[in-house]
Amino acid sequence: MINALFEYGGLLQKAVWETLLMVGITMTVAVVLGGPLGLILFLTSRGGLIEHRWFNEILGYAVNVLRSFPFIILLVVLIPVTRFLVGTSIGPRAAAVGLSVAAIPFFARLVEQSLRDVPIGVVDAARSTGASVLQIVRFVLLPEAMPALVSSFTVTAISFIAYSAVAGAIGAGGIGDLAIRYGYYRFESEVMIWCVIVMFALVQAVQWLGSWAARAVDKR
Amino acid sequence: MNDAANPVMNAAIEMRGVSKRFDIQTGVVHALRETDLDIAPGEIVGLLGFSGAGKSTLLRLMNVLETPSSGTVRIGGRDLTGLNDAELRAARRKIGMIFQQFNLLSHDTALENVAFALRIAGVGKTERDKRAREALDIVGLSDKAGSYPAQLSGGQRQRVAIARALVNEPGVLLCDEATSALDPHTSLSILRFLKDLNKKRGTTIVVVTHDIKVASYICSRCAIMQDGQIIEWIDMADPKPESSLGRFFMETAKGWSDDTVLPEENA
Ligand SMILES: Nc1ncnc2c1ncn2[C@@H]1O[C@H](COP(=O)(O)OP(=O)(O)O)[C@@H](O)[C@H]1O
Ligand SMILES: [Mg+2]
Repeated sequence: MINALFEYGGLLQKAVWETLLMVGITMTVAVVLGGPLGLILFLTSRGGLIEHRWFNEILGYAVNVLRSFPFIILLVVLIPVTRFLVGTSIGPRAAAVGLSVAAIPFFARLVEQSLRDVPIGVVDAARSTGASVLQIVRFVLLPEAMPALVSSFTVTAISFIAYSAVAGAIGAGGIGDLAIRYGYYRFESEVMIWCVIVMFALVQAVQWLGSWAARAVDKR
Repeated sequence: MNDAANPVMNAAIEMRGVSKRFDIQTGVVHALRETDLDIAPGEIVGLLGFSGAGKSTLLRLMNVLETPSSGTVRIGGRDLTGLNDAELRAARRKIGMIFQQFNLLSHDTALENVAFALRIAGVGKTERDKRAREALDIVGLSDKAGSYPAQLSGGQRQRVAIARALVNEPGVLLCDEATSALDPHTSLSILRFLKDLNKKRGTTIVVVTHDIKVASYICSRCAIMQDGQIIEWIDMADPKPESSLGRFFMETAKGWSDDTVLPEENA
């Protein structure tokens, strides 16, 4: 076991960085695009602050279509887009394209749900004092939903650490890729075990950080 | 800020042909059927009825939290239904509202919750903290300025909510079951405060309640509501209820007994 670690330590380290790169890019895109998408889904929904039935339905439909794609198929379907954006269809940067496309609707739905859990009365109270929609979003919805939003971020990050390993199957790089190439195709089960251990540690670290952050922003 | 354009001190409330329909999956709910209503400046009026009667809907139409399906709503002579979004928001600052569940921001302190109503009106930090402190002082909570809602009792939370509703010096205060979640002695102290506010400032107060004790204590007259309609008005100084629901309420003001006649389910 330990010998394997010495032998493949360099590879493992590289794989960890690749995984972090993929998940890092994915989470950035998820927050920047998926976050506002979730907010818009919430605001335009029935009874929402800027209710807009057909717009909301089309958007919700698009999100569901993306979410219902089996992840590995999504990666394959996106290969032309990935080539266009990154210039190649392999490696962590290429995999980040597919991961990001999957993460946007995933995170958006979690954001939508987090906002839905803010008691509607708090929004009524803000409206009754004369707050505008933007003020309500900025001063009421986002702060009140913050613990749930942080948890949504954590859940998304952990899910996409796992997805990034799946992307290893099409040469994404990262820990999953290493596990498949060495552990599976070359029967080096010790590498496989180390990959699992590292994955586990990564997921635990993210979960721990996420729980800590959610508690830190919760005043209830 | 918009006070000059918005003189809603001692405001009258005037509703003409106001109704509210909700379209839901299974059809249409007539939450409020066409209703006329006049409340004089400085009056304390109750909206009394069972759950689902349309009390909250009627109250929420007064500051246009619900857009009326028909009719006009005038506060202090100004038609709120004809306003654009910015004008309506400015008008709402002069119409305070409090709720059964208090509806405070859980991540903000008592002071920040009160200052919120000024913050969204663009009042600077020093000024709004000063005025928020004064409002907390009025409701007797100066020492709780730094507490979060979770650290306060129900009565204290409602006082914070009252301070938030009053910090813009509204001419009207709308109360939706404001004491329904509180124990009797806390309820009474809150109601005393509102009565006193009305006496000192002449604030027009509308109280939604299903509790006749609340209505008889604080209201000069009461609308009995049933099935999206005001079925009768009762003068609380000299109550002569005619509907079975009105009679039920007035009878139970003295307490329940084996002889209490339950009103018909649907009049
Ligand atoms: N946003 C809404 N959507 C659909 N139906 C509603 C909505 N708000 C109120 N209603 C319905 O309107 C009726 C009156 O409700 P409400 O005014 O809340 O009654 P009350 O405050 O007297 O209990 C009820 O049947 C209620 O279900
Ligand atoms: Mg109600």
